[in-house]
Amino acid sequence: MTTPATGRQAASDTAGPGGLRMLDITLTLGDGDTAVTALADVSLTVAPGEFVAVVGPSGSGKSSLLAVAGGLQRPTSGTVHIAGTELTALSDKERTAARRHHIGFVFQQSNLLASLTVREQLLLPLHIDGRLDAAGRTRADELIEAVGLSHRAGARPHQLSGGERQRAGLARALMTSPAVLLVDEPTSALDRVRSAEAVRLIAEQTHERGTATVMVTHDTAIMDAADRVYEMVDGRLS
Amino acid sequence: MFLALRDLRFARGRFALMGAVVALIAVLGVLLSGLASGLADAGISGLRALPVTHMAFDEKATSEQFSRSTVEQKAWQEWSKAPGVKRAEPFGNTLANAQVAQGAEKGEQVNLAVFGMAPDSPLAPRPTSGESLKEAGTGIVITREIADLGVKVGDVLTADKSKVRLKVVGLVDDTVSYGHIGVVYTDLDTWRHLHYGLPGDLPEAARRQATAVALTLEPGADVAAVEKATGTHADTKEATYDASPGYTAESSTMALIKGFLYAISALVVGAFFTVWTVQRKAEIALLKALGAPTGYILRDALAQVVAVLVGATAVGTAVGLALGSAMIGKAPFSLSAPAIATSAGLLIGLGTVGAVVAVRRITAVDPLTALGATR
Repeated sequence: MTTPATGRQAASDTAGPGGLRMLDITLTLGDGDTAVTALADVSLTVAPGEFVAVVGPSGSGKSSLLAVAGGLQRPTSGTVHIAGTELTALSDKERTAARRHHIGFVFQQSNLLASLTVREQLLLPLHIDGRLDAAGRTRADELIEAVGLSHRAGARPHQLSGGERQRAGLARALMTSPAVLLVDEPTSALDRVRSAEAVRLIAEQTHERGTATVMVTHDTAIMDAADRVYEMVDGRLS
Repeated sequence: MFLALRDLRFARGRFALMGAVVALIAVLGVLLSGLASGLADAGISGLRALPVTHMAFDEKATSEQFSRSTVEQKAWQEWSKAPGVKRAEPFGNTLANAQVAQGAEKGEQVNLAVFGMAPDSPLAPRPTSGESLKEAGTGIVITREIADLGVKVGDVLTADKSKVRLKVVGLVDDTVSYGHIGVVYTDLDTWRHLHYGLPGDLPEAARRQATAVALTLEPGADVAAVEKATGTHADTKEATYDASPGYTAESSTMALIKGFLYAISALVVGAFFTVWTVQRKAEIALLKALGAPTGYILRDALAQVVAVLVGATAVGTAVGLALGSAMIGKAPFSLSAPAIATSAGLLIGLGTVGAVVAVRRITAVDPLTALGATR
């Protein structure tokens, strides 16, 4: 398993041609006596088009799992492969680029930018990547339609409901056709009915677009839509 | 500028407030520049207009040389023979009072900054109307500030002490002043009458004196020997401005006010963008999590800074120019394009420096904070 540092080469023996593969991940935060093991020997493989839910109480390490899977944090040990690229072997700069190209994030309460309309939220990832063109605009309109926000495309976040914001966040995450979709507590600001709708939409888009989706949540009521469910306790996955 | 422009539009109230502060400072910048150039014109435009590179004064006169220095004929003769000296001629400078004896404003008191020179020397004025100076006449050439009092070519003035009659033969229609007083040009003997307050024939000693030796030197000329031999000291023309009454005090006061203004402006802009960047921390973390390189976010933020500063400075400068043109003639005020461009450039430049210090904290934002319930 000698993936070069540039990491673009497919590591076909450890991961499929796409999807997410996390192997023997340990993440220790802090030093010495104050060190906390956030992730202990976690392995997780998600195939393209598969929707995996990770359930656990707060402090169980769910967010750390997403941070490591999404290249926001380097694990203490273990490897992460995304779409055949070994994320853990990349430099900081390359990891930023990998986030841009291969990873879609849906954050808690969607985390939209206050000054942008829904449509602009979707165009932003393409502008960051320097490839905002007519095809991108078409794709944005298509995704807005897919999440049912066509009538709200010109609205700014403060004019949207919690559910609408969540759908806009999902559409933005899908803009770059990511291999991996990482969803953080999508329902924390939503009521029961809206929660079920939001998760159903995520499942639908996962299956339709073939993303390897990981959703972390403490809300056990929304797991039904997932293809597989893991439980996380004290940094261990079961 | 994808995000920067939209943020400007979205938070236009806040940016407008900050922009208004910068614009007001720009207005003040234009007015102060105008006042500074106006004061400089009133103080030293007469000296600036002289076609010389240096002035040699009596070495004992170390300040206010124009009123303290006296040089002898021997000095300008030696200077004109010295190597590296293209031209050397006597120059007289004195302040005098006179009264209009003949003319429309008969009885009017006028103050004169009298510049004396040989009428055939290059120092002599080229009048825009009337005639040039003639040897040993009692003619004077006046400048705009004297003309503004109602004195015309053909009028006759009488000097207060010496009672010398000064016939106005020509006019230079330009602001030519010295120490806030309008310049009149005359021949050296007339200047000596005014300087010493002597009527009638001049004493022999006075006939061989002037205030300074007006010099045109070759670049890099070494004049130490001739300075020593003549007991004089040569200053560059620009250095002689400081010898003009009040000039140093005026220009340093202006520079001090302007310096504080730019410093305040840079701090205001820096403080604003510090608060703005801190407010945006969550959004910056989000951008980084989405894969935006730090350079992208910094460029966006700096483009915003420059857009605000340039816009506000442009508006402020336009208002300042409008106010300033209304002040011309009512105050020592003149609008000089380089001075205003410098003022605007400094405002934008120092504001950007202040903002760069503020937006640098973008680099320290951790994208990890986009995850979790931090927002």
